[in-house]
Amino acid sequence: MSTGHDVKRYPGLGPLTGLFFLYLYAPLAVVVIYSFNANRIAGVWTHFSLQWYSSALNNAALMNALKTSLTVAVVATVVSTLIALAAALAIIRGKDVRFRKLSETVVNLPLLLPEIVLAVATLILFSLIGIQNGMAKLIIAHSAFCTPFAFLPIRARLQGMSLDLEEASADLYASRWTTFRRVTLPLIFPGVFSGAMLAFLISMDDFITSNMLSTGGTTTLPVYIFSLIRSGTSPELNAIATLLILASLILATAALLVAARGTRDNA
Amino acid sequence: MTMDTLHLPFATKRASGARFWRNLSFWGLLPSWLLMGFALILPIAIIAAVSVATRGAHGGFTWDFNLAGYSQILFNEGWTGELEFTPQYLMIIARTFLLAGATTLICLLFAVPVAYFISRQPPSQKAILVYLVTLPFWVSMILRVYAWMIILGKEGTLPRLLENLGFPPGMSFMFNDGATLTAMVYTYMPLMVLPVFASIEKLDGTLIEASHDLYGDRWVTLRRVILPLTAPGILAGAILVFVPSLGAVLEPTLMGGGKQMMMGSLIQLQFGGGRNWPFGAAIAMTLMAVVLIFLIFTALRSARKETAK
Repeated sequence: MSTGHDVKRYPGLGPLTGLFFLYLYAPLAVVVIYSFNANRIAGVWTHFSLQWYSSALNNAALMNALKTSLTVAVVATVVSTLIALAAALAIIRGKDVRFRKLSETVVNLPLLLPEIVLAVATLILFSLIGIQNGMAKLIIAHSAFCTPFAFLPIRARLQGMSLDLEEASADLYASRWTTFRRVTLPLIFPGVFSGAMLAFLISMDDFITSNMLSTGGTTTLPVYIFSLIRSGTSPELNAIATLLILASLILATAALLVAARGTRDNA
Repeated sequence: MTMDTLHLPFATKRASGARFWRNLSFWGLLPSWLLMGFALILPIAIIAAVSVATRGAHGGFTWDFNLAGYSQILFNEGWTGELEFTPQYLMIIARTFLLAGATTLICLLFAVPVAYFISRQPPSQKAILVYLVTLPFWVSMILRVYAWMIILGKEGTLPRLLENLGFPPGMSFMFNDGATLTAMVYTYMPLMVLPVFASIEKLDGTLIEASHDLYGDRWVTLRRVILPLTAPGILAGAILVFVPSLGAVLEPTLMGGGKQMMMGSLIQLQFGGGRNWPFGAAIAMTLMAVVLIFLIFTALRSARKETAK
């Protein structure tokens, strides 16, 4: 044998992994650094400044887009999580479910189809039946494609759970509703929480569908950012991007921590 | 009993048991079916119909059967109504496949060594490294693409850096397939690393030792032991990257500029200003068919592997 003592070690993987993480984070770091740049042209550094943050926070169109995105995301998260929870309970716990496999495929259907196809298909549907309300269009479409993201963690959690505690609860004369509320729901909470979190982030992040369905008054945040990028150099854009990057990193960390605690409790 | 069983008091325990669970399965799945039926299945049925409808005079469409949407993918109608072959849309379809395939391959080339390295770390560091792989994925997709526009653009970081190193000023790396590919690899990378890591982690280390005891060097061990045993993770990652890559919209629109389109951006364009809905619908049906065929093919293949075991 020619090299090394540990046969499971491949030389050069450490530096490669280091470069990989540099590659993952450097582009985000570039955006953050330029957001403090006083120059109007993003790539030319003049000096440190917070002016784009203050102008971003005073931008009414941005705040409207943020409000639209949050409204759509919160409603779509609640709707899709409830629907996903009901579906997961039925699929995992239901006895002799007809069309179990088919139902599961239907719930997961948005994951199997390219989003752009769904987006234009929904656009045609809404224009045919004449739904004018931009908010309603966005909420219906978002609820649909968020459902599988809420469903998968809940399903995984339900499937890994033993029935012992629920049976104990029933033996102690707790009603089904009480058992569900006091035993089942707390046990599957980490799954429900990660599902809801995923649904929320997917909804906030969506561009393709929202861009198709957005009307004048209901521009979501990604659609607004797209229009800023398209219209050329808006110096505020880096500040907006930095604030959003920060917000998503905090949210993601919170979600992952809760999910990690869930798996530890389960083990 | 004509009484709706849902309104029975839940406390009547065992007697209504079987019926409760049956009702649960019905009422639990009903909302999903209603939502997906209305917001997914119905629209797909309609777009299938629109793809064989006739283009309206002022945008939109009329319900007259017409295959023009599909024939337009291959042919251009001349002034006298004759059809002449035009490769421009075939080129877009070919570019879509090439870029999606290249994205998958490049992600794989990075993901396997990185996932292998992470899997060899002590547990506490492993958790942190996996978290660091996941984290950028939560940042909005449009911002991750935008970051590359800043880096590669005309006044961007990379041209400036190269200028300082003595290259001619004003170089631009934007608005070509390479730029689109760069952004696609970046946006889909975590989708490859995570499943590959999950299956490399399950790999039994003693098999690698066994391979070395049998005089297999690192390359042979990689090729004959590690890669075959992580094939399920590699396949899962490939699907997770390839399928959304086929439908990419943001990357070709922002990085490729107006000319270097992919199927996703072509579809979007047809519905943009009410340009040509039947044609857009025909492309959308083509894209959907390609994705479904690919998914069914991989599902059948892995099912056959399961039964072969």
